[in-house]
Parts: sequence; structure tokens; C-alpha cells
Amino acid sequence: MTLPQSSQQPMAGTEVHDEAEEVEQEAQFRRERGPLWLRILWANRKSRVGLILLGLFAVVAVFAPLIAPFGPSASDFRGNQNPNRDHLLGTTTNGEDIFSQLVWGTRTSLLVGIFAGGIVTAISLVIGLLAGYLQGWIDDFLSFLINLALVIPTLPLIAIFASYSPVRGVWVIIVILGLTGWAYGARTKRAQIMTLRTREYITAARLAGDGTWRIVFREILPNMLSLTVAAFVGAAAGAIGAEAGLAFLGLGDPDTVSWGTTTYWATNSGALLTGQWAWIGAPGLLLALLMTSLTLINFGVDALSNPHLREN
Amino acid sequence: MVYFARRIGFFIVTLWAAVTLNFLIPRLIPGDPAEQIVRQIAGQSSSVDPAQVRAVQVMLGLDTEQTLLQQYLTYMQNTLRGDFGVSYTYFPYTVTHMIGETLPWTLALIGITTVFGFIVGTLLGAYAAWRRNTRFDATVSIGSTFIGTLPFFWIALALVFIFAIQLRWLPTGGGFSGDVDQGWNWPFIRSVIEHAILPGSALLILSPIGWIMTMRNNMVQILGDDYTRLARAKGLPERRIAVWYGARNAILPQVTAFALALGGLIGGSIFVEQIFDYPGTGRLLFEALGVRDYPLMQTIFLFTVIGVLIANLFADILYGILDPRVRRGST
Repeated sequence: MTLPQSSQQPMAGTEVHDEAEEVEQEAQFRRERGPLWLRILWANRKSRVGLILLGLFAVVAVFAPLIAPFGPSASDFRGNQNPNRDHLLGTTTNGEDIFSQLVWGTRTSLLVGIFAGGIVTAISLVIGLLAGYLQGWIDDFLSFLINLALVIPTLPLIAIFASYSPVRGVWVIIVILGLTGWAYGARTKRAQIMTLRTREYITAARLAGDGTWRIVFREILPNMLSLTVAAFVGAAAGAIGAEAGLAFLGLGDPDTVSWGTTTYWATNSGALLTGQWAWIGAPGLLLALLMTSLTLINFGVDALSNPHLREN
Repeated sequence: MVYFARRIGFFIVTLWAAVTLNFLIPRLIPGDPAEQIVRQIAGQSSSVDPAQVRAVQVMLGLDTEQTLLQQYLTYMQNTLRGDFGVSYTYFPYTVTHMIGETLPWTLALIGITTVFGFIVGTLLGAYAAWRRNTRFDATVSIGSTFIGTLPFFWIALALVFIFAIQLRWLPTGGGFSGDVDQGWNWPFIRSVIEHAILPGSALLILSPIGWIMTMRNNMVQILGDDYTRLARAKGLPERRIAVWYGARNAILPQVTAFALALGGLIGGSIFVEQIFDYPGTGRLLFEALGVRDYPLMQTIFLFTVIGVLIANLFADILYGILDPRVRRGST
């Protein structure tokens, strides 16, 4: 719980619901325009700040070639410069511009967050929903899988997979993170669907002859949207932190430009001893800022799905 | 009783599944680890001798001339006997010998900080929930949220930079200094403590955070529950409501999470031990990963899983004793 995994733990206590209040609120959001989940988030002050911050990161990632003064691996500058006018954060020992590396690194972090977070959410949705809806032996089996995946420590598993993998690269890390991080989300979604499956509209759908797949994904899933968005944001934050951690340890792909890799090269080149604090410090601070934006967004989601946590 | 029997049953089945998973990992991954090892030793360009590859395969238990079932049976026999093979970076030491050398360091450093972090975090979280919407609550909630977003490696590097490199108060890394005799003497103990302060502080900054947030949320929820309202209506003293109604129930889910955290010690120790060059099992795992010492890394992984499973079993049993609802719910 002490290390990067902790960010994968969503806020506890999403199970209690004040149904009438929630239904009314969602209906109100539905009357306005735009996707429901975005409306929900924008309505909360904290998550609005988070969304704006995240938007800034997205702009930097998309327009990296325009924002970064130099290429991600252009290394034709004098090495080990301290921050100055030409190089805002100085240069690496190899003579790369640190500011440019960080701008390009934003892409890696967001890529990992979107795709690894997406895989995690998709797997946990399918497993959690099927287990919770079907019950019986399928539930027993899937619950066993969930509990097994929960107790297996992910960090060493990820590190071992990454080390066995014959190819390196950010996509390998994304797939590994996606395949190992779904257990917690699956468990909360299973619990959630078990409270939804006995509702009348589900019975109605079943009597109308709808198949399991249709009921689960067309009838139940839309009603769990805020939980799903929260799970996705949490999973994305966990994956981003894990990628940075792996890269910092040198277990990622040393050729991918990412915030973790930049810190890895900084410590390996003795930047602590030479006092290049910007090289060591800036990537971690950016990571913290990105995490903050995701945490703020999740405050909004959490407060909406759990009235007890709302501010007075 | 059914509850406890089910928990023990789950423990045994999970243990088997984890041991089997450990067997499957090197076989699931595309590519031949044996060939990679030979290539690594010989250098990328030179040709690979099939006989060498085969020798490494046999050493790893990946003998392709045996059927998968035969390999599995051999592996299970060895595992049950506690024979995990020889580490090839620390040849001729066995894998278990190396883990035995490093484990006490990890258990001491990370065990103590984990327990301490749990206690501090749970107390802070409970008090913040009890004094909800006060300045104390705001400080704790906001402070822990923002500190919690900082990457662990960043905090650790900042501590090294300030206290070891700039101020030179403490050593930058290692478990003890080389110029003292190892053993139960004061200079050695003093040196061990000095070397543990920085990594311990780095861990103690982050470890209470998760506990603060979950405990606060649990407790806020329970303080809004009907039985707490009833306690208020009965006119019970505030302190009694806080401790016996709020905290006592809010801590239950923490027990399971704490067990997982305790069991996950070795995995979580990779970062701190790598940054501070601490002679524990996390650094050993990291070294094994770097040089692809497969027997060593797989055994450490297996030990970690077994640790989590045992801790989890204890938590489940404790949970069953503490919370009768759990016991009855499953029968």
C-alpha cells in the first residue's frame, strides 16, 4: 500500500447510495446537453479544476512537436548544463534538452494512462459484470479469479513479465499493466451489479426475452457510468504511476522518452551529486501534477456516487 | 465454522494456483529464456550453440525433451521439498540461502514502517472523520491528497539530496558502513540505525496516506449510519460514539487491506531498497531482474505470494472473529 500500487485503490465506500437523490440528480444532468459523465464532472468545482489541468497536459501531448524547442533525442548540445535561457531545465550528460524531453514524455504518460487504463477498465467490467449478474458456478469461478488476482502482488509480477519479454517498448508495458491491474475494479463492479440486478427494469428486460449480454451491457452498464468513469480514472492514474516507476528502475524501455526514463538517466548520471536538481526534480513534479488532476477529477465522481462524501 | 473452512480452502487453492502460475510464466512468454541467457553471455553477434541452450534449458527446468506434464511434476516435487535451485549470479549459493540473507533487512525496515504507517494513518483518518469539516480535517485531507500524488522515488531522491548530499547528516545508502564489525555491538547497531533513517523516513511520508483516506471515508460513512444515529439519540457520550461505534467498525475493512500490505512487503521494497542501496530482498529481486537470474526472481516472487496468502488468511480469520456478519453471511 505504500508504493505506486496505492493509487490503484479507488476511494472506499462507493457502495452506499442514496438512490432517490442520485436518480434525481442524474435526471437533471440528462436534461442538459453533452455526455452525461462530462456534465457530472464539470458540475463539481474540484473536478473542474482537474479537467482543466488534464486538458493542459493533453494539449502539451498533442502539440509536443510545436511546444518542444528540440526533438526528443536531439543530443547536439553541451552536456550537463544548468537551467539557462536556451535550455529552460538544462541538458543531460548526453547533451539532450531536458525541457524538450519532458514535453515529449507527456505523450508517453497520457498514452499509458488512456490505453492501460482502458484495458484495465474493460477487463474489470466484463469480469465483474458477468460474475455479479450470472451468479452460480460462473460467479464462483470468476470470483476465485478476482480474489487470486487481488492477492498476487502486481509490482513483482509486472517486473518479471517485463523482464521475460523478448521485446521492449511502451506498448509492452501498456499490455502488461492492462492485464495485471483489473482485480480491484472487477470486485467493486461485481458488488455494484449485485445491487442492480434485482431492479424491476432488469426483470422487465429479462421477461421481454433479452439475452444476458444485452441486459448486462445495454441495461445495467449505463447505470454504472459514474462508477466506471471513476474506475477508469483510478486505473489510468495507477498505470501512469506504474510506468513511471518501472522506467525509473530501468525496467521499462530505455529508448522511450518518458518522465520515468528521464529520472532514471538523471540518477544514473549522478545528477544528485552534480546538483542538477531540475533534471532529477522536474519529471517527478510533472507526474505529481498529472496525478493531482486525476485525483481532483475522481473527487467529483466520488462525491456524486456517494452523497456521504459531499462537502457541506 | 463454514466460513473458516471456506477461507482455508481458498488459501490452499490459491496457493496451488500461485505455484502453478509461477511455473507457467516463463512458458507463457514468447521467446526462449534459455536462448536469451546464452545470447547474453556470448554477446549478441556470435552464433548460439544449441548444446549450450539445451544445458541452460535443463538448468531452468525448461527441458523441451520432457512433456509439459513431466516438467510440471518435477517442478512441484522440487517446490514441495523447498528446493528452488541455485542462483546463477550468486553461484554456488542456493536461491533460498540468498533470500534468507536479505529477508531480515527487508522485514525490519519495511515491516516496522508499514505497521507504523498503518497506525498513524488510521488514527489521523479516524480523527479527521470525527472532526469532519474542521480545519484539522481539511489540513489532513488536502495535505495527504497532495503528498500522495508525489511519486515515491521523487520523495526518496529529495531526501537523499537534502540530508545526505547537501547537509551530509546521513549516509546516501547501504545497510551499514563497512568499517565496523558485523554483530551485536553498539557501533554496528548505531550504523544500521543511521542507514535506516532516510529510507525509513521516505516510507513513512507516503505509507500513512492510503490509510488516512480509506479510514476517513469508512468512518464518515459509518458515522452517518442508522446505528450511530441511534447511539446519538440514546445520548451516549461523544467519545464513546467515536471510538466504539465509529472507529471500531471503520477499522474492519482496513484489516484486510493491511494484511495485503504486509504480505506485499517484498514487492514494495524494490523501490526503496534500490534507491538507498539497501541490502534487502527487494534489491535482490531487482538485481535478479537486471541479470535475468530466473530461478532467483521466480523464487522471490513465489515467497512474496506465499507471504501475501498467509497474511490474507490471518486477516480473513481475524475478520471472521471480529465481525459476526461476515461469518453468518457466507453460511
